[in-house]
Parts: sequence; C-alpha cells; structure tokens
Amino acid sequence: MSTAIKDTQKMIEEVLDAYPEKAKKDRAKHLAANDPSGQCSTCQVKSNIKSRPGVMTVRGCAYAGAKGVVWGPVKDQITISHGPIGCGQYSWWSRRNYYNGQTGIDTFGTMHITTDFQEKNIVYGGDKGLDLALHELRGLFPLTKGIGILSECPVGLIGDDIEAVSKRVAKEFKFPIVPVRCEGFRGVSQSLGHHIANDTIKDYVLGKGTLETSSPYDVALIGDYNIGGDAWASRKILEDMGLRVISQYTGDSTINEIGIANKAKLNLIHCYRSMNYICRHMEEEYGIPWMEFNFFGPTKTYESIRQIAARFDEKIQQNAEAVIAKYKPVMDAIVEQYQPRLEGKKVMLYVGGLRPRHTIGAYEDLGMEVVASGYEFGHSDDYKRTYPEMKEGAVIMDDATLYELEEFTRRLKPDMVGSGIKEKYSYHKLGVPFRQMHSWDYSGPYHGFDGFPVFARDMDMTVNSPTWDLIRRKK
Amino acid sequence: MSTLKIKDHCDLFQGPEYQEQFERKKEFERPWPEEKVKEVSDWTRTQEYRELNFARQNIKINPAKACQPLGAVFCASGFEGSMPFVQGAQGCVAYFRSHLSRHFKEPFAAISTSMTEDAAVFGGLNNMLEGLENTYTLYKPKMITVSTTCMAEVIGDDLNAYIKTAREKGLIPQDLPVPFAHTPSFVGSHIVGYDNMLKGILKTLSEGRRGESNNKVNLIMGFDTYTGNYHEIKRLMAVMGIDFTLLADVSETFDSPNTGEYKLYPGGTPLPDAMDAVNAIATLSLQKYSTVKTMEYIQKEWGQKTLSLSPIGIRNTDTFFEELARLTGRPIPALLEAERGRVVDAMVDSHPYVHGKRFALVGDPDILIGMMSLIMEMGGEPVHVVCTNGDKHFEAEANELLASSPFGANGKVYAGKDMWHMRSLLFTEPVDVLIGNSYAKFLMRDTGTPLIRIGFPLFDRHHLHRYPIIGYQGALNLVTMIVNSVLDEMDRKTVDTTSFDVIR
Repeated sequence: MSTAIKDTQKMIEEVLDAYPEKAKKDRAKHLAANDPSGQCSTCQVKSNIKSRPGVMTVRGCAYAGAKGVVWGPVKDQITISHGPIGCGQYSWWSRRNYYNGQTGIDTFGTMHITTDFQEKNIVYGGDKGLDLALHELRGLFPLTKGIGILSECPVGLIGDDIEAVSKRVAKEFKFPIVPVRCEGFRGVSQSLGHHIANDTIKDYVLGKGTLETSSPYDVALIGDYNIGGDAWASRKILEDMGLRVISQYTGDSTINEIGIANKAKLNLIHCYRSMNYICRHMEEEYGIPWMEFNFFGPTKTYESIRQIAARFDEKIQQNAEAVIAKYKPVMDAIVEQYQPRLEGKKVMLYVGGLRPRHTIGAYEDLGMEVVASGYEFGHSDDYKRTYPEMKEGAVIMDDATLYELEEFTRRLKPDMVGSGIKEKYSYHKLGVPFRQMHSWDYSGPYHGFDGFPVFARDMDMTVNSPTWDLIRRKK
Repeated sequence: MSTLKIKDHCDLFQGPEYQEQFERKKEFERPWPEEKVKEVSDWTRTQEYRELNFARQNIKINPAKACQPLGAVFCASGFEGSMPFVQGAQGCVAYFRSHLSRHFKEPFAAISTSMTEDAAVFGGLNNMLEGLENTYTLYKPKMITVSTTCMAEVIGDDLNAYIKTAREKGLIPQDLPVPFAHTPSFVGSHIVGYDNMLKGILKTLSEGRRGESNNKVNLIMGFDTYTGNYHEIKRLMAVMGIDFTLLADVSETFDSPNTGEYKLYPGGTPLPDAMDAVNAIATLSLQKYSTVKTMEYIQKEWGQKTLSLSPIGIRNTDTFFEELARLTGRPIPALLEAERGRVVDAMVDSHPYVHGKRFALVGDPDILIGMMSLIMEMGGEPVHVVCTNGDKHFEAEANELLASSPFGANGKVYAGKDMWHMRSLLFTEPVDVLIGNSYAKFLMRDTGTPLIRIGFPLFDRHHLHRYPIIGYQGALNLVTMIVNSVLDEMDRKTVDTTSFDVIR
C-alpha cells in the first residue's frame, strides 16, 4: 500500500473519531483513499445504503429523483405532485431544465401542480380527488400530451390505488396517465426514484410514439436534463457529426420523443446513474446497443466523439474528425486563456449523478486537480468508473455528511469546492471558493464545445474572484 | 482580464445554429400546430376560461404556500444552539435546507431521521433514538428542536414518548431541552408550522420558570423572512428604551457576518432569555396569522397581555408604537416622530405615481394586510388579493380593510386561490402593478404586468430581504420600491415617445 493511500486513510480515521460508535462503524465503509488500480481491498467504498439518522445527510428522496430529475423536465405532459403541498413547492423549477414552448398552453415545465392533500385526504383517501383533478386539468390544459402522477409519502402509506385511477382515466382521455410510486420513504436516496421513473417510462410511454421515417444514423440522447441548455449543446455536436437525434430525454423532451426512443440504432447515455435502467431494458427488449459518453471538457469530448463515431460508418467518422478539427482551435484558445490562472488548483467535488467523475477531465483540461470526489446517491458501478479517473490517495466519499465535508475541507485545503445549494453558503462563510455543480450556479451550459468556455470562465471567476480577499479572518 | 467573448445560455441559444436545431427537433416532438397553440393561448385569457379556472376544486396550480415543517425548522433555528430536527423521510429536510438557502443565500443546517420503508411498518422510534444520539454527539447542540414530516404524522409517531425513551437510554442528557411539535404538511401551511413549533418551544422552555416579572416585553416576528426587519426592530426597541426579548431571533441564522469561519449556531434567542419569557409583562406578535396558537397559549397559560400587530405602513406602525407605549408606559421619542415625518414627506412626494394605480397582490396573510394598507395610504387601489394560505379570518379582516377606504372599493379577496387563478384575474381585469414572490415572475411574463418582489421566497433577486419592510423605515423602503417600479415601467413604455422625461 502506497504512502499516499496510507496518509489519506489516517486522515479519514481522524475525521471519523468524532462519531458515536455505531455511526462511526457505518460511516467508515463510505469513505476511502483512492486506489486507481483497484487492487487495494480496503479502498472501495460501500454505497447505496441507508443514511444514518441524525448525521445530516445531503441526500434527497425517491420523489426528488422521479419528479425532480426524470419526469419533471418532460415538457408537454403535466406533472402532478400528488400529496401535500411542500414537495412540489420546493422542487418548483429549481433544476433549470430548459425547454422551448409556451408554458401553460402546450408545455408545463415551470409549473407547480399539486393535489394539495388535506387531512380529509389522509382519512378518506385521495383517489376520488385525483380523478376529479385529472378531469379539471384536462379541461384547463387541452393541449397536454399526458399526465404524470408523482406520489408523495402519504399516498403510499394510506394505500391509495393511483394505478386504478390512472388506468381508468387514461382510457377516457386517450393519452398516457403515468402513476409513479416515488413516495419519499422508498429506498435510500433519489436513486430509487430514478429507477421507478425509468420503469414507468418503459411501462407507459416507450414504443407508443410516431416516427415517420428512419435512418441508419438514428440515435437517442439519454440522461441529459438540459440544465442551462446542456442537452442542446450536446445535441449540436451529434448533429454536426451527421447523426439524427430522434429522441432526447428528459431535458426539453416530449412524450412522443420518449415514445419513439426504441427506434434508435444506438442509445447514447450521459447520466448513467439516472437512466441506465431504460438503456438496459431497450438492449434486452429491442436489441439496441448503448454506450456511455462524456461531453465535459475538450479531452473527454474528443474521446467520446471518436468512440461514438466508431459505432458508425466512415462518413460519420470523417464528420467526427471534421467537427473536432473545427472546434479544437476554439478549445485550445480557451485553455490558453484560463489554464495559467487555474493551473495546479485543487478541487473537491461532492455532487450526484455523473458529475463526480464526468467533470474531472474538464477540470484537468484547465490544469486543475480533483483531490476529493463523492456521490450523494451513487452505486458501486459509479465508484468503479470513478477510481481510475482519480489520483492515488484522493478522497472518495459516499453520502457525505455536513460534518465530514467541513473536516475534509479543513484538511485538504481545496482551492475550490463544487457541490450543491445546501453546501454553498457554508463554504462562502469559510471563505472557500465554491460553485454549485448541480445547477451550474444558474449559469451553463457546461456540456459540449459551447459549454466548456462557460465552464472555464465560471471556474476562473470562482477561484480568482477578488471578493474572497475582502474577508477579514479572525486570527 | 478576459480577451475571449464567452457566450452563455443567455446568448447562445438565440443564435441561428440553435434556432435551426430547435426547428429540426420538432419533427420528433410532434408539437401542436402553431395556430392551435395560439387559439388555446388566446382562450386562456378569456372570461370563459376564468370561470372554468375558478370552478376547479381538486387541484392547485402554482400555489403560494409551503408546508408546516418548513415553518417549523425556520422557527427552530431562531434559538441559541438549537438544531432543527425533523422526524420523517429525509428528502423533506433536503428540500427545506435548499429552499431557505435559496432565499437567504445563507447556509441552513437541519437534521432528518431518514425514515424509510421499515419505519413505515414498525414506526420511527429507532430512527428517532439514533438520530438524537448522532445529532447530539456530532453537532453538539444546546437544544434539539423536533418537528415532523407527513410520513411520521401518517404513521402516528409518538414524539413525546420517543424523546422520553432517548433520555432514559442515556442517548441524550436528561437536561437537554428537546421541544417538539407535530407539524403535518397536510394541515395549514408553513405559517401554521411556525406557530406550532414556537408554541412547542415556549412550552418546553418555560416549564417551571415562572417567577417575578422581568418587566420585559416579548416580541415575536412570525414567519418573517426579512432579516432587515429583525435588525430594525432591535433598533426601534433601543430607541424606545424598551427591554425586550425577541423570540425566535433568526437574524444571525440568516444574516451572519463573513469572518472566514462557518458557525453552525451563529446566534438566536439566548436560551435563558427564552426561558424567562414567561415572566414578561406582555407579548407582542408582529404577525397575527403565523402566531395564532402561540399567542393564545401565552395569554391563557402565561396570563400575559397579548397583541398581534403588523407594523407595515404608516398607520399600522403608528398603532404599533402607541400600543407599545401604552403597554410599557414609555413615551414615543421625538426621534421616531421625526423619522415618521421624513417618511411621510417622501410619500407625499411620491403619491402622484401611486394614486389610482391598480395593484394585484399575492402572498402570506400578514404581509398582504400590511401591503394593502400601505398602498391605500398613498391612494393606490388593491384590486386582486390572492392568499393561498389565507383562512376565513384573513378573508374577513382583508375585506374589512378594503371597506375602510374608498381606495379599497374595487378590491376583492381570494383566500385559498393560487397564482393560476391570479393569471385569469390579470387577463380579465388588468392591473398596473403586481406584488408577489419570485414565482410571480411567470405572471409577469404571461400578462406583462410589472412585478415588485415582496414576500417569500425571493430567489431571483439578491438582498431584498436585508432591507426592512416594517416600521417607518420599512415603509420608506417599500415606497421606494413601488414608486421606482412604476417609474421604470413608465420609462419602458415611453422610450420611443416624447414622454421619456428626465425629471419625474
């Protein structure tokens, strides 16, 4: 075992010392020193396990995964937050899944629609009200292409049968009504919500759309939520390569696009964590191959473009090289401008989905080093994909707590931290440069060739802002 | 510094490359024909649509309210060393923390007991026990302040018994205050959660503390998300020379100085002061609707004089100080009278731009009552008043207020309605100015009504919550916002005309 690994392990042990015995034993399994070779048996973290009560996990719930991440961005269906008022309120247009359309008329992405459960719904059930609500919505929004019913905790606890209501009303309306059993107490994090949402896509929408013509270059762009326009920037590259993106989901997505997703010749998945389930299903059921790719930062983007092109004919491969040749000077100029200001800066990441590993290359393109990274709701397959991307002895964290994040920051002294809104302002207080890496801190896109310049600009303004120097630290 | 022009989302997607991409994408989207979309869009602006919209009973669309535990954790964070602790599913707490941080641009710590399927079957006792132990050991609070999510409420967790068990097992010290409140999200809204939590805290902290009068006044701000208000009330009390206890003082929680240090417990009402609140001469609440049960409790159990008065606007502030003077026997100092005079002078100067203007308002009940009052003081007319979490008492008070002034003659109060109702109101009976939270910007976009951001949450503008809206100074801040919004709008409308005046 190398010294780098040993040193990190010692640091982790020190951090864990503050915990009560039971929590300490548990948390020890979720923190590790990185071993890129995968040979060190104690360097693998345990993941996708229940959070300990009382430790201040950063995680959310199944509803957040199903409504906030997967179903919420589908723009031409109405998404009902079924249950009490809060869940829909707090997840209202907070993920910036951009879309085109006229909101409230033919698209509904920025709306918060809820059955607003009252005590009587808890006592007598909510099915009857749901049925009436569906009819009221149909009347007020005649252009909706479908309705999703995203269950909140009480719905599952009181034993409502939203599936029966959905089935009955869908027959009447002749469009999909999708009951999603994503009650917040199910599973251990957002992750189960993704899975449940994928299953409902499969059961209620997939294969039911209309595609007039097909081509050998038909692909689907999956697991891109179009945060700040990410999917549009990625789609641009794929189209420039000569591919036909017949389905993009769920950012700026439509019911029809998801309905024709099974007609793609190749499924391209960006956020593996939230959408691998539907890819696996299509592989088994329709024989559609799928591949992961990474459009963060030029190095990974070139690599991915070539890997994607390799799945097609020479024409596409030539296009791919032409696309790279076209953008390389632009990317080089960005690196030339920003790298001198960011060279050698240390980054700590604690995010979700694909970012803890997918953004590493983009940081490295700018000369920065990711010294710690972790997932809110990753599984072992995510970590397996992460170990080789990071240096030996880097800190790997699973389901980190506020306490741990603070302690690691003190010890690792990163030049910037990328995490979420709940972490952002404690880092501001600490005077540690910080960037939200869920919402891109209201910036973006960060994907593709149009995204990288924005990413570089944002990281530079984060690390090098003169405002940090105004903080007068207590001695 | 930068030599390259970087285009982000604001510019990128307006370019031809992306516009063409969006057109191409439609082949797969299969959108409705443009004429159809236009037809439906026009129809949603009609009286017919308004009637259909108002006929709905079973669905809320863009409601302006949140759930009980949000108010509870907000309140819980206003006491020294207090850790908000929520029994239930964990996603809720992630949401509360995010929501409050987005408004205040401040960190917010709160604990969840992370209940999952097994707790749904067996109850949440184990989660509560381990949660209390971990919280106490890891975050060293002086008080753990417990509220609930709907999950714990539906399965019927017995908080009192659970906390007792934790003490018996030695997981938390015997003398650690652990106040609790049941805060089901399917009853009331965030303001009720605030009320329930505060009552729970005061009940626990006052136990066995009754003694001699401390000659202080207790002040309760309610679910007040303006940190400026907290600083302002402290200044005003100092000016009045009144000894007071601010209960649930969240000013430091949500507005702490940057010292390069992150403090988990940056301030809050000192616990000894909170314990002694039972011995005050009176309790004043600055928000009536978020403190109903608390004030009832204080009056009945503590036997104190209680008064709920929201000092928003000149007359409400006048009454507030008169009542304070009456309760404490302290005169209103000349300094305040001069401050009043200056603000009234400003209002006299600005009144021509507000007089006769039609206002639509959406928000929490106490803010709405205050804003209606201020607007009418300047000759403005509240026309549509939408209060998603307003009850029949609010409706009655708001109607009475409208009836008290000729400028209220065109006003109508819509309790329990939401911002989609407001959309119909704005299309069928347009107004000049809309007042609401950040989500009201969608109404601004749809109907073209200029928006003044007042209330909660304010996500898309910075620092508005740092400026007080209570007292005379608060009135001045509000008047400044209102009159300058009207003038901005006037500039926008007259930019190509001779009316683009430089002196207004």
